[in-house]
Amino acid sequence: MLYREAGQFKATYAEDSQIFPIRQDRIGFWVLMLVFGVAVPLLTNEYWLKAILIPVLIFSLAAIGLNILTGYAGQLSLGSAAFMAVGAFAAYNFILRIEGMPFLVALVLAGVTAALVGILFGLPSLRIKGFYLAVATLAAQFFIVWALVKFPWFSNNSSSGVVTAQDVTILGYTFSTPEAKYVLTFLIVAFMALLAKNMVRSSTGRAWMAVRDMDVAAQVIGFRLMRTKLLAFAVSSFYCGVAGALYAYTYIGTVEPEGFNLDLSFKILFMIIIGGVGSIMGSFLGAAFIVLLPIFLDNFVPMIFGDALGAGFVSNFQLIVFGGLIIFFLIVEPHGLARLWQIAKEKLRLWPFPH
Amino acid sequence: MARQIGDVIVDLQNISLRFGGVKALTDISFNVREHEIRSIIGPNGAGKSSMLNVINGVYHPQEGQIFFKGALRKKMEPHEAAEQGIARTFQNIALFKGMTVLDNIMTGRNLKMKCNFLQHALYWGAAQKEEIAHRIKVEEVIEFLEIQDIRKTPVGRLPYGLQKRVELARALAAEPHILLLDEPMAGMNVEEKQDMCRFILDVNDHYGTTIVLIEHDMGVVMDISDRVVVLDYGKKIGDGEPDEVKNNPDVIKAYLGTTH
Ligand SMILES: Nc1ncnc2c1ncn2[C@@H]1O[C@H](COP(=O)(O)OP(=O)(O)OP(=O)(O)O)[C@@H](O)[C@H]1O
Ligand SMILES: [Mg+2]
Repeated sequence: MLYREAGQFKATYAEDSQIFPIRQDRIGFWVLMLVFGVAVPLLTNEYWLKAILIPVLIFSLAAIGLNILTGYAGQLSLGSAAFMAVGAFAAYNFILRIEGMPFLVALVLAGVTAALVGILFGLPSLRIKGFYLAVATLAAQFFIVWALVKFPWFSNNSSSGVVTAQDVTILGYTFSTPEAKYVLTFLIVAFMALLAKNMVRSSTGRAWMAVRDMDVAAQVIGFRLMRTKLLAFAVSSFYCGVAGALYAYTYIGTVEPEGFNLDLSFKILFMIIIGGVGSIMGSFLGAAFIVLLPIFLDNFVPMIFGDALGAGFVSNFQLIVFGGLIIFFLIVEPHGLARLWQIAKEKLRLWPFPH
Repeated sequence: MARQIGDVIVDLQNISLRFGGVKALTDISFNVREHEIRSIIGPNGAGKSSMLNVINGVYHPQEGQIFFKGALRKKMEPHEAAEQGIARTFQNIALFKGMTVLDNIMTGRNLKMKCNFLQHALYWGAAQKEEIAHRIKVEEVIEFLEIQDIRKTPVGRLPYGLQKRVELARALAAEPHILLLDEPMAGMNVEEKQDMCRFILDVNDHYGTTIVLIEHDMGVVMDISDRVVVLDYGKKIGDGEPDEVKNNPDVIKAYLGTTH
């Protein structure tokens, strides 16, 4: 009875098209924002912030990026990590080479740089689809990492492309503590998630989904395939680029091109498969799941089996669990955790009187 | 009542279309007049759907000319046809499966929406106003087609007949001048067919929309069409008012004779 929309009538189309049309969801959302924006940085310790919460946020942003391209616009990509690398190295160079470059401006420019590279590597999508497109994005993945190592200019001539992120300073305040970095990351990710949600619920998002679901019909209705697909590549890469820059500046601190390898691209792909393809909320759930699962297994497996199995087993066991989950979600619930959550809510709506 | 058939709006001259060795259309000429209901009939594989695809730029004929509103039309892409006010439905339902009924119909208004993705991202001021203004238009279409109670349903979950209706709604949302309907009643029961007929006639009557209709049900075709063109093996074998066509010996032989 707690989760009911009875009595909540929508008097206007504006009310009806809110992100959370049901009041309980709206309240829940703001509670979550307060918990993660205020309570968490005050109450948790450094380990949680640095090892779990900050990476979950950053990966969520990258997953939103991939979800825009793959989940909404239907263009499979295996190059997300490469676009993160573009963002990270672009931010580094903008701050390094332009005197007095404000951090937030550098972040936007990093995203724009990634977007431009994304458009370039999105061009093949105008001719090829599905598997072949995935292979083309794979080429982007390898080429970008190779180029960042090959040309020392990108890393200011450091050996093998390793760069150390400069201090993050906004309006004279330096974000040096984990708490400060977390709050900054949280605000940026929350804001960008809102923008993404707005895009996908308006005409831009409908264009992406139309092209995904039936491209001939989309054209016949008046959508332009080229513009729609390239915009998806641009926006998606922008998100990955900003995520990459945050990865360097508020998470790891020291990055190298090889850190943004195919493994990471797959990790982000798994996040959207498990979290929910075509769902902004799913991007968060997927990222949280993939960051937390290994930590959980690391603690859980030795607890049950003791040391008998050896350290190697734990990491292999992780892979097995991942594999199993991916197969489960691909076959049973392609819309991932986000859909399971929705089903649970639908049940709750009727509870305790299912008829 | 007051519906006046106007001038020729689409004029096809000597259209031939081939797919490799298959001749889908051979030297076909016919025209469509403003505000009329123009039907295309013919046995399976006669080239009817190909004809519609030629009209809205999905297929490009190897030979022939198309005059649109009196002007020779250059090679045209489907989205350009849409910009010219041509909307259509498909023989095999072509809805956007992952979207709700409402979102599907909203896509029909995309050409009338002017905000860009950055405005959408902020969803503030102009973008929100635009979204709501178009929602109001879409709600009119929803009400007209009597599908209010399914507006939030994902289209994949709807039965076939309703999907056809939603596809019509999406086309109507564009407020087209010309509406191309490819077998809008196929697979429907009598009641659903009656509804669909009523909607087609209403659209034609209220908005003056020119309609090009492909339909296998002869009763319906003869009932609602102003003029009928008959295709067989990619060739035109008859053209005229329903009564003329019904009594055309070639048509009786090639079409009515074989399928009935
Ligand atoms: N894209 C295509 N590629 C190859 N051949 C095609 C294509 N589209 C149509 N054809 C061929 O053109 C001919 C006419 O097909 P069309 O679909 O226009 O017929 P139709 O009159 O609509 O038939 P039906 O009543 O079965 O819908 C057929 O022989 C068909 O196989
Ligand atoms: Mg056909």
